[in-house]
Amino acid sequence: MTATVLPEATQLAQRLAAHEAAVRHARRKSLLGAAIVALLVLAAGWMAETDIGLFLQNIHKFPAYIGKIFLLDSGEQAGRFVLFDIGSWYWGIVKWTRLLADTLLIAYVATLLGAVGGFFLAFLAAGNLGVSPWLRFSVRRLLEFCRTVPDLVFGLIFVLAFGLGPMAGILAIAVHTVGALGKLFYEVLENIDQKPVEGLVASGGSWTKTMRFAVLPQVIPNFLSYALLRFEINVRGASVMGFVGAGGIGQDLIEAIRKFYYPDVSAILVLIILTVTGIDLLTERARHRFIQQAH
Amino acid sequence: MRDPVQDLADAALRRKHAGILRATPGQGLVLALAMTALLAFGLWHLGFSVTRFAAGLANLGTFIGLMLPPAWGSTASLLRSLHALGETVAIAFLGTLMAAIIAFPLGFLAARNTTIAGLVRLVARRGFDTLRGVDMLIWALIWVNVVGLGPFAGVLAIMSSDIGSFGKLFSEAIESSDRKPVEGVLAAGGSRLHGIRFGIIPQVLPVLISQFLYYFESNTRSATIIGIVGAGGIGLQLSEQIRTLEWQTVSFLIILILLTVAAIDIISTRLRRAIIGNAEVALGS
Repeated sequence: MTATVLPEATQLAQRLAAHEAAVRHARRKSLLGAAIVALLVLAAGWMAETDIGLFLQNIHKFPAYIGKIFLLDSGEQAGRFVLFDIGSWYWGIVKWTRLLADTLLIAYVATLLGAVGGFFLAFLAAGNLGVSPWLRFSVRRLLEFCRTVPDLVFGLIFVLAFGLGPMAGILAIAVHTVGALGKLFYEVLENIDQKPVEGLVASGGSWTKTMRFAVLPQVIPNFLSYALLRFEINVRGASVMGFVGAGGIGQDLIEAIRKFYYPDVSAILVLIILTVTGIDLLTERARHRFIQQAH
Repeated sequence: MRDPVQDLADAALRRKHAGILRATPGQGLVLALAMTALLAFGLWHLGFSVTRFAAGLANLGTFIGLMLPPAWGSTASLLRSLHALGETVAIAFLGTLMAAIIAFPLGFLAARNTTIAGLVRLVARRGFDTLRGVDMLIWALIWVNVVGLGPFAGVLAIMSSDIGSFGKLFSEAIESSDRKPVEGVLAAGGSRLHGIRFGIIPQVLPVLISQFLYYFESNTRSATIIGIVGAGGIGLQLSEQIRTLEWQTVSFLIILILLTVAAIDIISTRLRRAIIGNAEVALGS
């Protein structure tokens, strides 16, 4: 009897070979990717002076530090966990609450000013609203500049120009917000439905009327949602503006860290974390409402 | 005389588009008034004044005049700047990568469909929130206390705050993955771990890599400022030059930062396109 190879079997063998080749190819690709990443890690580790030995030697200091900031350092209860004497842990609660309120106010004012600026510039930067190309190009580069330079760098420079204090912080965050929101806003504008615009133009509406009745109703919920998201980010930003002397609670925090007032560090940190989390929750709710209105 | 038919048509139109054509100002106006009042109070309370603003603008004009043309100073200082720039990118890359590697398994613990217990999920999620709630710059200050001044503190700072961001994003990506492949693996006799390895990871990996690239880009911006508190990178030099009023070097450093960020932006956008095409990916806040 001669063995006959069924045609199905040869087909199967061919398919199996193709499958194995594909797997080999995919594997080779992942290996190559892993090798590239490993090389990059080595280069970056050398550049960033990463020293694993030093890290392992010092890592115990991290939990020690976290432990230390949660121990009272003066008074009768010195050396005990902070919760045993909340009064002396939060000895500065009045001052800190005031600074925290200032921080929130800085974030609010800066977000509002930045959103208004970004709003107007976005109309000039959008590609579908009939603005001349070179104006659009320059507005876009301006927004890019405002967005890329970190707000803290603006803060450093503004502190010299406008003097120490919250005014420099507000302006720094506002300028950065113009760049960040301006970009998001013009992307929303570019994605609008053109039919209402065509309708208004066809029935003789002016440019401002077209913007007001055809464009704005489409974009406002998204704009508000982005502005709220930015407010959330700016609260974090305002809480560290004090590091460069631009107002808010950061000033007290960096002083506590640098001068080793351990329990103060944890007291201020807990306040900041609670505030930031609270704002996050509130804005998330509000944003969901706006987004639902949009759909 | 008014036309009653026209009146009726008007009324119908107003009823139909009450939201746009309302005659009485609604909640919107009240909210706008309240927001303006708070703005006015804020400006007054925080010591905003027109004279200070004008004087500040004049100062700023002088500074900008002094910034031109940008100059890098001596060759030694140029080399120092370039080294600091490389350090900045390295800090961002290592910090983001370490955060992603640590957050990857934690993301599974925080996702509803892959966690081992409800309590574990809760702890993981609150932990992520706390890590994210502390600003990167504060983390940098804390790590400077632990490992000393230098770029390594910056790497750890970016890692600490991004474990929180990545953990949240990864767990959300895992939760929104399609369940059918997992069911398939389980039906074919695979264990739960097999389900995760062959059912979920192939679905979420491209999304996670794209999120990693996006955060790498954004951390390059952040890494330019952590030097201000002594955690390495170009921020140290930038703040030194600003404090010593070397404006020409300041503008040179800012241009250097802008170019680097733009370059990283282009590279990461191209890589992201290559990995996931033009699909939208959640990036969180």
